[in-house]
Amino acid sequence: MKRPRILVLRAAGTNCDLETASACNQVGGAAERVHIDLIRSGKIRLMDFDILILPGGFSYSDDVGAGRILANQIKLYLKELRHFVRLGRPVLGICNGFQALVKAGVLPAAHGGEQTAGFTANDSGRFEARWVHLRLNTQSSCLFFKGLPEMIELPVAHGEGKLVLKSPRQLEELKKNKSIAMQYVSDDGKLAGYPANPNGSIFNIAALSNPEGNCLGMMPHPERYTTRFQHPNWTRQTFVKEGVGLEMFRNAVDYCRG
Amino acid sequence: MPTHTAIPPQTPETIAICGLRPQDLQAANARHGWSLKEAELAAIQSHFQALKREPTLAELETLAQTWSEHCKHKTFTSPIRYNDGKKTRLIQSLIDETIFKATKQLNRPWCLSVFKDNAGIVAFGSKWALAFKVETHNHPSAIEPYGGAATGVGGVIRDVMGAGLGAKPILNTDVFCFAPPDYDGPLPKGALHPRRVLSGVVCGVRDYGNRMGIPTAAGGLWFDDDYRLNPLVFCGAVGLLPAWAVRKEVKAGDLIIAAGGRTGRDGLHGATFSSAALEGAQLSAVQIGHAINEKKLLDALLTARDKKLYRSLTDCGAGGFSSAIGELAAQCGARVRLEAARLKACDLSPREIWLSESQERMVFAVPPRSLKAFAEIFASEGCETAVLGEFTSSGRLEVTHGKTSVVDLDMRFLHDGLPRIERSAVWAPQKPAPIKAPTHKKSLSQILAECLGHLNVCSREWVVRQYDHEVQGGTVIKPLQGIRHDGPGDACVIWPHAATGDPSDYQGFAVSHGLNPAYGKIDPYRMALACADEALRNLLCVGADISRAVFLDNFCWASPDDPARLGALVRAAEGCRDAALGFGVPFISGKDSLYNQTRDVDGKDLAIPGTLLISAMAPVADVRKALTMEIKGPGNALYLVGWTAEELGGSLFHQVCGRCASCTAPAVDTRIALAAFKSVQSALAKGLVLSAHDLSEGGLGVAAAEMCFTGESGAILDLDKVPRRAPIYSDEILLFSESASRILLEVAPEHEADFIKALRGAPAKRVGTTMANPVFKVTGLDGRVALESDLCDLKSTWQLSLPRRLG
Repeated sequence: MKRPRILVLRAAGTNCDLETASACNQVGGAAERVHIDLIRSGKIRLMDFDILILPGGFSYSDDVGAGRILANQIKLYLKELRHFVRLGRPVLGICNGFQALVKAGVLPAAHGGEQTAGFTANDSGRFEARWVHLRLNTQSSCLFFKGLPEMIELPVAHGEGKLVLKSPRQLEELKKNKSIAMQYVSDDGKLAGYPANPNGSIFNIAALSNPEGNCLGMMPHPERYTTRFQHPNWTRQTFVKEGVGLEMFRNAVDYCRG
Repeated sequence: MPTHTAIPPQTPETIAICGLRPQDLQAANARHGWSLKEAELAAIQSHFQALKREPTLAELETLAQTWSEHCKHKTFTSPIRYNDGKKTRLIQSLIDETIFKATKQLNRPWCLSVFKDNAGIVAFGSKWALAFKVETHNHPSAIEPYGGAATGVGGVIRDVMGAGLGAKPILNTDVFCFAPPDYDGPLPKGALHPRRVLSGVVCGVRDYGNRMGIPTAAGGLWFDDDYRLNPLVFCGAVGLLPAWAVRKEVKAGDLIIAAGGRTGRDGLHGATFSSAALEGAQLSAVQIGHAINEKKLLDALLTARDKKLYRSLTDCGAGGFSSAIGELAAQCGARVRLEAARLKACDLSPREIWLSESQERMVFAVPPRSLKAFAEIFASEGCETAVLGEFTSSGRLEVTHGKTSVVDLDMRFLHDGLPRIERSAVWAPQKPAPIKAPTHKKSLSQILAECLGHLNVCSREWVVRQYDHEVQGGTVIKPLQGIRHDGPGDACVIWPHAATGDPSDYQGFAVSHGLNPAYGKIDPYRMALACADEALRNLLCVGADISRAVFLDNFCWASPDDPARLGALVRAAEGCRDAALGFGVPFISGKDSLYNQTRDVDGKDLAIPGTLLISAMAPVADVRKALTMEIKGPGNALYLVGWTAEELGGSLFHQVCGRCASCTAPAVDTRIALAAFKSVQSALAKGLVLSAHDLSEGGLGVAAAEMCFTGESGAILDLDKVPRRAPIYSDEILLFSESASRILLEVAPEHEADFIKALRGAPAKRVGTTMANPVFKVTGLDGRVALESDLCDLKSTWQLSLPRRLG
């Protein structure tokens, strides 16, 4: 069977690219880690790929705001990205990649490419690494979620993960067009405050997708939960077969295979 | 872009030393901050007298840096006249006669490179190797905690990047010693408050490690008032490299290429500064790091390594280019043209370029034919390179700037000209205090709560959560464990599948630490053995193969010029040797940081307690069989392995209750311990054990309570069942003695018979049972309930202590 070509986009400071590429390859994808300079110089073309993934890290050190410089580069050098998304090809931004997609105006999807949301420092004032409970939006048509349970667990690790929106109206719009893909919840599935919501994100938003469901940005790291041995409690959970994160990559690959 | 062309050629500053009297030499030494000893100054003087010329300042500083305690470890390699309290003998070289000797004697074939490269390297399976290095960055962290700690992390990561032909860092470790964050005593002018030091250091480690994408998943914290002027910051890194990339060799004709960050005026004299006592803080001696430059350097380096584009490399640490090039060229020679260096500011003098310790720089030996490909790879990652010159076969270190000679030194004199200075050392054992009956009125449950809330035991979650301990997706056993992901793990287990690129290979490794300066105050020899023993048990508890374990040593001491302190250091080094030989575990790398003392408010030098950190690493054959420390469920048996004796010297119990019993620090019998460890390892390998936790500070009481509240399962212990060779008549001693070599294990009823068989011959006894009821209960020697505590109370005491004291 054809192995979908997956572009794992790198820049200086990207640091989750290896494990992300590995997850892609494990589910039948053909991942290539590509530095954005190669796209800028035209040596590699985005449109030659079936899937685009923006992995986590600290692109350009995040010194002027998480993902800000990478976002500008996406706007300047990945002009075909809108087209790529419109064609329905899967796009996944993880952590720093999500931050860049938001700052590049790709997510939330609307308003002709304007940035309409942003990220700010966690309410705790600190970088935090912890596992969180997430509730997936069962209404959303997100292709990455196919077959996943409504409640999952994944790790987050970030200092600037608090999503902020322009207006209360925007939140209503996002709800209406089913763009709120994941929310931080307590272990019993309820919207809750810190530490269940690790950053104070509005409406506990952990991930956003476009209404069509092929472009997803998420703060949690699916590439860090591909086998059951990465869960903090795996030594007591004998019932889990594989990490739920791997299924998200498999969904994208299977989607491309049709 | 600022370049050299902006400055006119300068005549290098020469210093007239050939005609100076010893006291004038000493004055020049103090004025320039070389930190050289009298005999060293004399050796330099006579060298230049013979050459019939005066040295340049750059030459003197090159010598001072290269001969510094920081670079040459003079105390450990020079003769010591040692009186052990009974007789005096001459130790030719402390390191050769203790730690090296043990490693040599053990002669493990899987130790691929020990004590010569930037890090110790051991085999990891047949295709890979692991490089491990731990360093300190104490002096810089004392005066600029954030920057000092960040560059400490950056430096040790570069050490691993420069080990062999370059390793990919896959784990960071951090161990800190501070004064309590709520210290309220006086501090001398200019000293930072311990709370500020702690938060600055944690942020520095966090921001650098996280940006590098390396999990920081193992470490520790120790508090003692005497670290208030000299905090200790140990940064470690483990890297993965292909087995073919262990050997490196410079050839004459190879180009000297500097890559990474630019050279600036930050961080001059770091090595000599860190080899002197801290006085009148010199901020310019602290470097300013920027992790993104190191990340770019790393990405480029690994690509160039796999294309075999260079023959050797090393990082620029203390001494900058002078020591990096000086070391790489030690066996051949080098010609360096400083005008080719890329600079942060155009007005740097040649001497400053040569000695600057600007961060994120490495030096490579590149065959001329590979230059183009090498430079292209680095450029593609946005990483600058500059050809600084070439390696030669002249045996000389020749450094020029334009037409001016800056340094022209004989390599042999630079590396072997250092005179060996004999020191004297005395060990005077502390007289045991008379044994007194306990005078305190605290109940066992009160003591247990105070132990759990003690700074040296309480939860480190506030620190650990700030580190991305799961990046690279391979932290299989995490630093925080249990049902709510917040219990104290013994060691981390890393499964480097992202770095090996093979997720079907479940081989991993575990890393742990042992550190207890409180024992060292009583006997540094016992401290060393106890630290090694604890580090090893931590590895054992997560399921590592301790027959393939290795140790790293890090000594942090006050001035070795004081014979008593040096005597204690000798004792500690002998303890390391005996631990290595006794456990069959070689040391593969080590470092020392001396002169950790600073003038206090009373005008006297405040010295740190003699501190030894033993870091340990061992492979885990199959990470899917690793273990966490929390109780897995009710109705299981609790087994205690190892003898308990009346050993409360340096214990937490003493700190909580005042000195009240014996003053003996825990002793280690490596023969008995190792036999017991081996049987425990075989029981673990057979899958007979549900959880394991080592007994350390706070003894059985603390270890059992931690296992219970982390697993949210109660337990009942019977103190009468505790294995002991000599009678003990006190519940307190049985519960809080810190005897070494002990492990508490949880065994399911269906495996008990096999477990007993596996442990045959070892001092092991069933001491309790787990239960659903969330209480921790202890039956005393009189058969009555001696302690009953609610698990929630115990856990919250343990969890809230550090955040509360951080304010």
